[in-house]
Amino acid sequence: MSSNNNRELSFSLAINEAITQLMSADASVMLIGQGVKSPWYVGNTCKDLIKKFGEERVIDTPVSENAITGAAVGAAIAGMKAIVVHPRVDFVLYAFDPIINQAANWHYMSGGKSNVPVVFWLIVNRRGEQAAQHSQALHSVFAHIPGLKVVMPSTSYDAKGLLIASINDPNPVVFIDDRWLYNQKGIVPEEIYEVPIGNGIIRNEGKDITLVSYSYMAVESAKATEKLNKEGISVELIDLRTIKPYDEELIINSVKKTGKLIVADGSWKTNGFAAEIIAKVTEEAFHFLKAPAKRVCLPDLPAPASSSLEIVYYPTWKNIVSTIKEII
Amino acid sequence: MNFSKELLEKLYRMMLRIRHCEESIVEPILDGSVRCPVHLYSGQEAIATGVCANLEKSDYIFGNHRSHGHYLAKGGDMNSMVAEIYCKSSGCSRGRGGSMHLIDVENGIMGVAPIVAGTISLALGAALASKIRKDNRVTVSFFGDGATGEGVLYESLNFASLKKLPIIFACENNYYSTHLHISEIRSNNNISDIAKPFDIPTFKVDGNNVLEVYEIAGKAIDLCRNKGPVFIEFLTYRLRGHVGPDDNIQGTHTDIRPKEEIEHWRKKDPILHFSSYLLDNRIFFKEQLEEIEKQVAEEVINAKAFAIKSEKPPKEELEYYVFKQ
Repeated sequence: MSSNNNRELSFSLAINEAITQLMSADASVMLIGQGVKSPWYVGNTCKDLIKKFGEERVIDTPVSENAITGAAVGAAIAGMKAIVVHPRVDFVLYAFDPIINQAANWHYMSGGKSNVPVVFWLIVNRRGEQAAQHSQALHSVFAHIPGLKVVMPSTSYDAKGLLIASINDPNPVVFIDDRWLYNQKGIVPEEIYEVPIGNGIIRNEGKDITLVSYSYMAVESAKATEKLNKEGISVELIDLRTIKPYDEELIINSVKKTGKLIVADGSWKTNGFAAEIIAKVTEEAFHFLKAPAKRVCLPDLPAPASSSLEIVYYPTWKNIVSTIKEII
Repeated sequence: MNFSKELLEKLYRMMLRIRHCEESIVEPILDGSVRCPVHLYSGQEAIATGVCANLEKSDYIFGNHRSHGHYLAKGGDMNSMVAEIYCKSSGCSRGRGGSMHLIDVENGIMGVAPIVAGTISLALGAALASKIRKDNRVTVSFFGDGATGEGVLYESLNFASLKKLPIIFACENNYYSTHLHISEIRSNNNISDIAKPFDIPTFKVDGNNVLEVYEIAGKAIDLCRNKGPVFIEFLTYRLRGHVGPDDNIQGTHTDIRPKEEIEHWRKKDPILHFSSYLLDNRIFFKEQLEEIEKQVAEEVINAKAFAIKSEKPPKEELEYYVFKQ
C-alpha cells in the first residue's frame, strides 16, 4: 500500500511502473515489440523489465510488425495478457490485419467463445523534422472500428491507471500515448489502481464554453484554459482520456450548461474524432447550443519535415484561444 | 510402421465423416438454404485426419477458410459445425461466424479465419504462449499454397525459428489459389523449400495418403514438441470448387480446372485409396467398411437435421458479443 500519497512520477515512468507491477502480480502478462531493450525506442518506459522478468516474457523482436502483432493477438487468444508495443505509431499500419480483421472481430465472430486480452501500445512521436512517416495521429482510425477500445491518457496518473485497466481488460485495447508527454510529472499512487476505461474527467469547471480534449492536446487545452480564465472567459475543460467508448454523458451535460463547444484533437480535421463529438452533441443537445461548435485539429495534409512548416502545422494553445474567441 | 487396427479404423472413420459431412452441404448450397461462403474440404481429408490424429486434445490448431476438416479431425462436434454453416444459434460460433469462423476452445480449435495467412501469426503467438508457460503444447497452423504469397508467413517462419517455438507450419498445397494454378502465382513450385533458409526442418508429403501423412506428421510433431518449428508441405487437390461445390462462384457449374486434371485426382481420392489398402491387405472386410459408412451417414443426417431445426439468432441479440463483459 502507498506510504507516500504525494509521490511525483514522470509519465514514462508511470507506464514503467504499471507494467512492472502487473508483470509481478500476474505471470500471464507479457510484453513484446521492437525496441523494448532500447531507450532510444521506448524511453525509460521499459526500464529494468528484462532484468526483472527475463527475455522470455519481455521480448524484443525483428522488424516484423504484422507477425509480431499477430503473435501478441495469438498469445492473448491462448490465454496470455499480451502487450505489444509499436514505438512509432506509423509502423502499426503493417499490422492492421491482426488488429482489425482478427482481434477486433474475434469475440464477436466466435459468438463470445473466445476473447483477446491484448493491448496495442502505440507511441506517437511527432515533430523534430521527422516528416510524414514518423508523426501520424491514427487514433480516429482505430476509434472507428467496432470491437476496439481506444485510450489516450494525458497525465502520469492516467497513464498508469489506464494502462493497468487496459491490461486487465478482457478485450483488445489500443493504448496511445504521446512522447511529448513523457517528461511531464504528476502525482502517481504507488499501489496498483485502475482508471476506468470510458470515463472522462473535468479538469477545470467553467460556465462559458466546453473544451473537449485528450492526450497531448489536453496539455495545450489546459494552457488555453488558464489564459482565458485570466481574461474572464470561464472554460470547462474535459479530458476525455478514452475515445472509444467515450464519456458522452460528461460532454452532453457540460454543453447543456455552457451552450458552447470546442474540440481540440491532435489528428486531422476531416472525418476525425472531433467530428464525432460534435455530431453527438448536435444529436443529443442541439437546442442547448448557442453558437456553432468548432474544431482545432491538424490541417488535412501530411506532416512536413521543415520546422518552419511544423510550427504552423501543429496547433497549440494559441489556436485554441483564438478559436474560442470566435464563438464566445 | 505398424498401425493398429483401432488406429486404422479411426482414420478411416474420420475421413468418411469429413467427406460425408462436406458432400451433405452441396445441395443446401445449390438450393440456397446454406448461404454463407462454404469452402469444401473434399479431397483433402487425409491431411486434417492424419495430422490431428497425432495431436493431444490440449494442443492447438488454427485454420483458414477451408477448415471443416480441421475442426472435425481435432474433435469438434459435427452438430455444432453444421449448425454454424447454417448460421444458427446452436452453431459453434452462435451464428455469428458461419463456415469460415469455426471454434471449439475446449478441443484446442482456437479459431479459423478466411484472411489468407491471417491466422499464421496467431498460431505463432499461441506457440509463443506455450513456450513462455512451458506447457508442452504444439500449435498447428493450417494454410494453403495461396498463403505462400503473403509476407506474414515469412515473418512468422523467421520468428518461430529464432525463438524455437513449438509450431507446425502445415501447408496444404492443392495447386490452386482460388482460380489461379500455382504456376501462375509462384516463381517456382517448391513450396517445401521456403522454410529452409530459416533453418526449419521440412517434410514433403503425399497429402492423399493418410498413412504417410500420419507417419510424417507424427515425426514432425515429436520434433516440434522437443525442438521447435517444423514445416510440412502436403500435396493434394480439392475435388470441389474454391468456394461452393463447383466453382469460384457459388452455385454455378463452370469449374475452370481441366477435366483431365480433375479425373486424374479423382483416381487418387484419399478415401478410395485408403479403403483399397484396408481391403487389399484384408485388415477389414467390405461389410465392415460399409457398416462404418452407414454409421457415418446417419451421424451426418442427424447433424443436418439438427441444424435445420435450430433457430437463427433473434434480432434482439444483434449487439451481443462485441465485447466480453
